[in-house]
Amino acid sequence: MERRVRVESRTVVLPLDDLDTDQVVPARFLTATDRSGLGAALFHDLRRDREGRLLPDFPLNRQEAAGARILVAGANFGCGSSREHAPWALLEAGFAAVVSSSLADIFRANAARNGLVPVEVEAEVHARLLAAPGIRLVVEVERRLLQFPDGSEAPFRLAPFARRCLLTGLSPLEFLLRREPEISRHEREAERSAR
Amino acid sequence: MVSPAGPDFPATIYADLHFLHEVTSPQAFALLRERNLPVRRPDRTWAVVDHSIPTRFEAGAPVWGSEAARSQVEELERNCAEHRIPLFRMGAPEQGIVHVVGPELGLTRPGATIVCGDSHTSTHGAFGAWAFGIGATEVAQVLATQCLLQERPPTLGIEVSGSLAPGVSAKDLILGIIRRLGVGGGRGFVLEYRGATIRGLSMEERMTVCNMSIEAGARAGLIAPDEVTFDWMEGRRFLPRGDRFGELVRDWRRLAGDEGAVFDAAESFDASTLEPMVTWGTNPGMSCGISEPTPAPQTAEERAALEYMEIEPGRPLSGRAVDVVFIGSCTNARISDLRTAAALFAGRRVHPRTRTLVVPGSAAVKEQAAAEGLDEVFRAAGAEWREPGCSMCIAMNGDRLAPGQLAVSTSNRNFRGRQGPGGRTVLASPATAAASAIAGAVADPRRWLPA
Repeated sequence: MERRVRVESRTVVLPLDDLDTDQVVPARFLTATDRSGLGAALFHDLRRDREGRLLPDFPLNRQEAAGARILVAGANFGCGSSREHAPWALLEAGFAAVVSSSLADIFRANAARNGLVPVEVEAEVHARLLAAPGIRLVVEVERRLLQFPDGSEAPFRLAPFARRCLLTGLSPLEFLLRREPEISRHEREAERSAR
Repeated sequence: MVSPAGPDFPATIYADLHFLHEVTSPQAFALLRERNLPVRRPDRTWAVVDHSIPTRFEAGAPVWGSEAARSQVEELERNCAEHRIPLFRMGAPEQGIVHVVGPELGLTRPGATIVCGDSHTSTHGAFGAWAFGIGATEVAQVLATQCLLQERPPTLGIEVSGSLAPGVSAKDLILGIIRRLGVGGGRGFVLEYRGATIRGLSMEERMTVCNMSIEAGARAGLIAPDEVTFDWMEGRRFLPRGDRFGELVRDWRRLAGDEGAVFDAAESFDASTLEPMVTWGTNPGMSCGISEPTPAPQTAEERAALEYMEIEPGRPLSGRAVDVVFIGSCTNARISDLRTAAALFAGRRVHPRTRTLVVPGSAAVKEQAAAEGLDEVFRAAGAEWREPGCSMCIAMNGDRLAPGQLAVSTSNRNFRGRQGPGGRTVLASPATAAASAIAGAVADPRRWLPA
């Protein structure tokens, strides 16, 4: 896994609560069998009209959104389907962090596993970010802090293991493979008690 | 549990059972290939094709929705052959939607930890299993190690009392519960549904309830197993018979919920005041009773949802013209769901403006329905009787709404475009869906209840 220590970028604000992963990547793009190529599918049906033309008012389509790496989303972002295509598409479109007052459970786990920093902040910090689209923000994974342009800082929630993986590039798969002796012992004990 | 949590890592949990399907597994197998890793326990892994497969055949040949869908299915076949994982292919007697097939075959067991790259894995919680959806990278972890890393989730006890009124089903109950909790209200929790009303539900009704736990944001949902559970399970294909089954049941009885169990959070819900529920918006929490006026929007999201649905607040949804009725999905495509729908269709016709699809949840459900003559009832009513699969719940296989169409659907998600780009979905019970097909409009099934 790629390390992710610090993300500095302008924000793009998508102020919709309960945005589901069907909106992040519509299901018809899920026939893909690899992880790449999903960037173009990101928010496909929200970004485009029925003829496929980009809607100029959609936050990600505005000129100032170009190159942004931090998405500020509404509450409960990423709810619904477990599709990991959602973080894959966000990463391919250039995002490195998603900030919200709350991220949906499976989405948050999928994001961290792919190096997309899942940043959960208090409601007042969230409100401040929603009200100031395009500000330059720093996500500091080590200290779990956001830095605002005026120098002020705000803490965010990030599970210790997700933080460790982001900082060191440790993949959970690697961690589990090192558990081999315990896994084998567990299997032997389970088989014994089943007899 | 394989090993406990530490200060900066979660507990390592063993997956007793791992289900795969064609959509969320190819990238996981690719990860194994990159690392040259074998599948640790193909004997604890079961694969099924359901999401992308056609449910329509012409001249004996499947009508594929796209070349990509076909190659996705073929990739699962190759991966399963390479790693010696049992696969239920199209046309096999065991094939069907993963969350219908697992319980049906007796693979799903009380007390087991069950995972699948699919958020509706919570369905298996109806058997007192800890069952939840995982992402594709986690699918790779489970394939390689049979393990996953889990924080201990908080619990939310939902005590349900009161009897469901005639014409009101388990689907209406769970839609009512999600309306109360909201789509983020159960976020991160394991829900335990309990109380007299839950004990009175059949296994198939319990599966409908647990299936939609994720729609309240929950990690999982479960119901403690009881005699209803064990009776339903006895004789299932992958379970032992006779004394050996009895021994399992003795173990499973110990999984009954404690009388005074303490939860991290608790809710109580009175089912007796529920009426058939319909969703009016673009998530499963946006619902109301069928005779209730659609509520005035309180948030920007609710305003946008009403606009997308072209629904005017202040009036009941019943009477709104319906283009498509979809009876199917892992929520409501079991035999009891089809019986309920067939009872309404018997001797009646689907309204000419409403295309109606009935898609059984599995080959076994299809066969049982045929044995009972339900297929004839659906055909005689003018509905399409399809092959088993996810079909129009997720619209990956060519079964989909045209832009602007409105569907009444027994599935689990009314997200924008879920059933096809620009399509609109009203979630409802099988009875409400069947009644709406007959009326050609959103309809209250209670008007056709036997007196």
